[in-house]
Amino acid sequence: MTEPLVLGIETSCDETGIGIVRGTHLLANEVASSMDEHVRYGGVIPEIAARAHLEAFTPTLRRALETADVELEEVDAIAVTAGPGLAGALMVGLSAAKGLALAAGKPLYGVNHLVAHVAVALADQHGNSSPLPENTAALLVSGGHTEILRVGSLADDVELIGSTIDDAAGEAYDKTARLLGLGYPGGPAIDAAARTGDPQAFRFPRGLTMPKFEGTAQNPGKHRHNWSFSGLKTAVARAAEQFTSQGFAVPTADLAASFQEAVVDVLTAKAVRACQEQGLTSMLLGGGVAANSRLRELLAQRCGAAGIQLTVPPVRLCTDNGAMVAALGAHLVSAGAPPSSLDIPADSSLPVDRIVV
Amino acid sequence: MLLLSIDSSAGASAALTRRGEILQQWRTEETNSHAEVLTPAVQRMLEAAGVSGTDLDGVAVGVGPGPFTGLRVGLALAHALAEAWSKPLHGICSLDSVALRATDAGVEGEFLVATDARRREVYWAHYVSDEAGSRLVKGPFVSPAAELPPLPVVGAGLQLYPEALHPAKVDQDPSGWTPDAVELGQLAAAALAGEIHGVLCQARPLYLRDSDAKVPEQMRQGAPR
Ligand SMILES: [Zn+2]
Repeated sequence: MTEPLVLGIETSCDETGIGIVRGTHLLANEVASSMDEHVRYGGVIPEIAARAHLEAFTPTLRRALETADVELEEVDAIAVTAGPGLAGALMVGLSAAKGLALAAGKPLYGVNHLVAHVAVALADQHGNSSPLPENTAALLVSGGHTEILRVGSLADDVELIGSTIDDAAGEAYDKTARLLGLGYPGGPAIDAAARTGDPQAFRFPRGLTMPKFEGTAQNPGKHRHNWSFSGLKTAVARAAEQFTSQGFAVPTADLAASFQEAVVDVLTAKAVRACQEQGLTSMLLGGGVAANSRLRELLAQRCGAAGIQLTVPPVRLCTDNGAMVAALGAHLVSAGAPPSSLDIPADSSLPVDRIVV
Repeated sequence: MLLLSIDSSAGASAALTRRGEILQQWRTEETNSHAEVLTPAVQRMLEAAGVSGTDLDGVAVGVGPGPFTGLRVGLALAHALAEAWSKPLHGICSLDSVALRATDAGVEGEFLVATDARRREVYWAHYVSDEAGSRLVKGPFVSPAAELPPLPVVGAGLQLYPEALHPAKVDQDPSGWTPDAVELGQLAAAALAGEIHGVLCQARPLYLRDSDAKVPEQMRQGAPR
């Protein structure tokens, strides 16, 4: 069989993404973001994101088809993010995807957003796909999610090893940036401010690292591989307050650098240890926070020291996009997975082991 | 003039009409399952009528006003269908369908259509009915029922605010009426045939309300206190 031509639609958060792939070859990856409309709120507003998806859908679709130079009739399947994500935002993409599938007579694949982040790491613009290495972990870090997965097969074997129990790492960046008056999105703002700061100036908490949560490798605690970031912004706020209350200027750069160090330290330490304890020897990084310079640096260093082979896709494939959904869809078509029904729901908390709905 | 019409501004409905004659129709009063049920319903209707997308002259869609999430489901579906079939997409104010029903039921003169806008308000519009049919005078708006002009009313707003609104005189009880795709198809066909004017609009949602988002204190100040 020739490699399947798949159109993928992503609307789980604030990016309207439509991508087209042939097998693992990326042909188009058009993204319209409503980021600018969320800036003054300091975070993604679900209703604003959902409105923007509807406005952006048709123009983005047209651009993707034009860029890939294909007609909708030629496509073998339509893939769409069915969850997890913002319910109202998911429903726009899902409903549009169903419309395309029905009108063009194509099979529909409602897929898992998190697994799609993994699928795109194996695709590229030249069709030089790398097969999924054995014993692979995926570390997904964004404003909406923070997970580490074991990926045995993109079609039918993905398992959640650990995740955040409260805020996503990117959310912690947004909230802390807001607190420090650094603007939105918080990731790039804090990354930039941290460059001139001292990461050791403050010692902020590393969540869920106490022995009662972590246990031991033989006798793991409940949160051994989980993260918690909600306490961090409180710690940063308290530190900042000590300066303002005494009439001193807030050392923004030092706070940003120390905050970033706390996030990245606990993220990478737990991810690498989870791989070692689960016998995972390669790691894929995904999610918007993969753009963070300190995360990339420390993760590369710690994976190197642990003998774990790290793959980081280009940033525009790490952030939410349609090509990742198309890439997973193509994988499912090739693996002979049955398509989804036209009556599938959007599932805002779709578990990671449900790869296709 | 073969049209597929869709409305998801209250419950959800879909219809296939030829020059206003009903070939197929479907509706549900459920308000929280549009994303699941609407597309399969359209698929069944097309199959039952033996109609394919290429046979259609266009797609008509109710643009609300209505609860946002459900409203967008119908619009997203309509946009995708029209785009994939390369057919024209026509928007129609969903309240117009209730106004047509009122006129057909014999309501004369000036009247209001009022539907549930939640949050103790109604979506409403002011119409006038004469020999030529019903015509929008002004609206749509969103307001508390008590602030509407003192005119006879049709639509689901009646049963929610019986003390503030009084029903138009018709044989059937008009207090449960919600928009329906059949009437949208009839209105679109008439507008496209040049029989009535000013009915079609862009296929973009009539939200009438902003999102509830509030700018946080810290963003307003732009710097730490
Ligand atoms: Zn994501």
